[in-house]
Amino acid sequence: MVERQTFVSRYLPHAVLLAGVAIVAFPVYLALLASTYDAASVQNGQMSLLPGGRMAENYTRLIFTGTSSSTREPVGTMLINSFVMAMAISLGKIAISLISAYAIVFFRFPFRMAAFWLIFITLMLPVEVRIYPTYKIVADLRLLDTYTGLTLPLIASATATLLFRQFFMTVPEELVEASKIDGAGPFKFFVDTLLPLSVTTIAALFVIQFIYGWNQYLWPLLITTRDNMQTIVIGIKKMIVTQDALTEWQLAMATAVLALLPPVFVVVVMQKLFVKGLVETEK
Amino acid sequence: MERRALFGGKLLPYSLLLPQFAIVVVFFYFPAAQAVWQSLLMQDAFGISTEFVWFENYSILASNPEYYKTMGTTAVFSALVAFLSLAIGLLLAVMADKQIKGATIYKTMLIWPYAVAPAVAGVLWLFMFQPSLGMLAKMLRGWGIDWNPLLNGNHAMILVVLAATWKQISYNFLFFLAGLAAIPKSVIEAAAIDGARPLRRFWTIVFPLLSPTAFFLLVVNIVYVFFDTFGIIDSVTGGGPAGNTTTMVYKVYADGKLGSDLGGSAAQSVVLMVIVIALTAIQFKFVERKVQY
Repeated sequence: MVERQTFVSRYLPHAVLLAGVAIVAFPVYLALLASTYDAASVQNGQMSLLPGGRMAENYTRLIFTGTSSSTREPVGTMLINSFVMAMAISLGKIAISLISAYAIVFFRFPFRMAAFWLIFITLMLPVEVRIYPTYKIVADLRLLDTYTGLTLPLIASATATLLFRQFFMTVPEELVEASKIDGAGPFKFFVDTLLPLSVTTIAALFVIQFIYGWNQYLWPLLITTRDNMQTIVIGIKKMIVTQDALTEWQLAMATAVLALLPPVFVVVVMQKLFVKGLVETEK
Repeated sequence: MERRALFGGKLLPYSLLLPQFAIVVVFFYFPAAQAVWQSLLMQDAFGISTEFVWFENYSILASNPEYYKTMGTTAVFSALVAFLSLAIGLLLAVMADKQIKGATIYKTMLIWPYAVAPAVAGVLWLFMFQPSLGMLAKMLRGWGIDWNPLLNGNHAMILVVLAATWKQISYNFLFFLAGLAAIPKSVIEAAAIDGARPLRRFWTIVFPLLSPTAFFLLVVNIVYVFFDTFGIIDSVTGGGPAGNTTTMVYKVYADGKLGSDLGGSAAQSVVLMVIVIALTAIQFKFVERKVQY
């Protein structure tokens, strides 16, 4: 800018941003610390701001054996469940939204707009406003405690369909015409032309939906009753027994670290795709 | 935008839509319709007979002081989280928008909490403020504050607000940053040449130009607090103490879990449905104006 840089204007942004980074990182740092101590030190609040020596032991026990109270399931199983759920939800959403948007943009048929609205309006019906009736349907279909019950009801996606529709509308008509002249049918056009063009959009959406799937809470809470079907986000809550000295905080914190690592890793490594996905799904 | 070059086929488009339709009808529309229907029914105390009672469940709800308390709690919770996370997100975005060294690293270091599950965020904050062993709780006690979120409703509210804000800052930061990048630098430079100091430039030029972004974020934040903070409430306070952190969504869950009052729980669901419809409508009406092709 036109002013001369003063001491304040040069260092204030760094000071504020560093403070922001510190505040944002502190809770996770503390969890990481706690996961390296033994139960007694954490329980008595004798942790220092440097790591203790029990990291390997805590994590090994957690992943392969589990905690001794409330939920005895090894956290390894929970991690697998969470991963299966996140993958099934994100890939499922992408698959059915791709073909829905393809039908809506590249075909003309009666009730086309009605079909669009039918999908669009589901935006206004999150699980939270229809908790028990949805639970009952899944129970009637005998899908409680199954991966299908955990994921299938969540893979309808108005946002993904809208996003693909937006993107498909920018595909030049000449491409469709050229494909037709080459004798390509709708299937060949979809696979050979449209999918390769959509790779970035699909990847960006995958990042967002993977995080969404991994972080699901209310739905798995309702649908899973057996310990070996638990996801890690549910598991961690069950490890914390409020108003009770039984909580093994060092293990609960290790679980928190394991629960947040995969989605955070995805965001940091695929930052560009993440930002693109986030900004575009909200439009 | 109409297309000319299209594919034929009568059944194909319908079969492409079928998977999405099947899920939407079975798991979205049917249960939603059932919630509406159930809200008009009432079961006797033993669950033997069910009677159609028109809007009685709603009038019971409307005369229930507990429900008003829940609405008040939700309003306070939303207002605090939206205000704090918007203000902090904006401050950080304004700082990161300046041409400083390491701006990209700061950005990476600030956006990752978005990926942390609400329930996990709640547990992290609970650990710091757990009255008997939390590091920050001990600090507060050292200052003579009788900190106990397990017994004190206000303390519990502060704790869930902190956790919910912590998680939402990154989202607001990112969108404010995008909004700031879209403001032409020439406008700001012109003001600077006219002698407007940085703070004045911010309030008279940058802030008004950011207001569409801010409004959009406000709506998104309210939706976030209403629905996505369920995990935080459930893991940190379980709605307590004495219902002081029970939000509207949490109450639907808690009331239905006991299984006694299906009609009342369904009526609450319908009230929430109306709120989501209103919020989504506002969001899309606004977005339509912003994004003009």
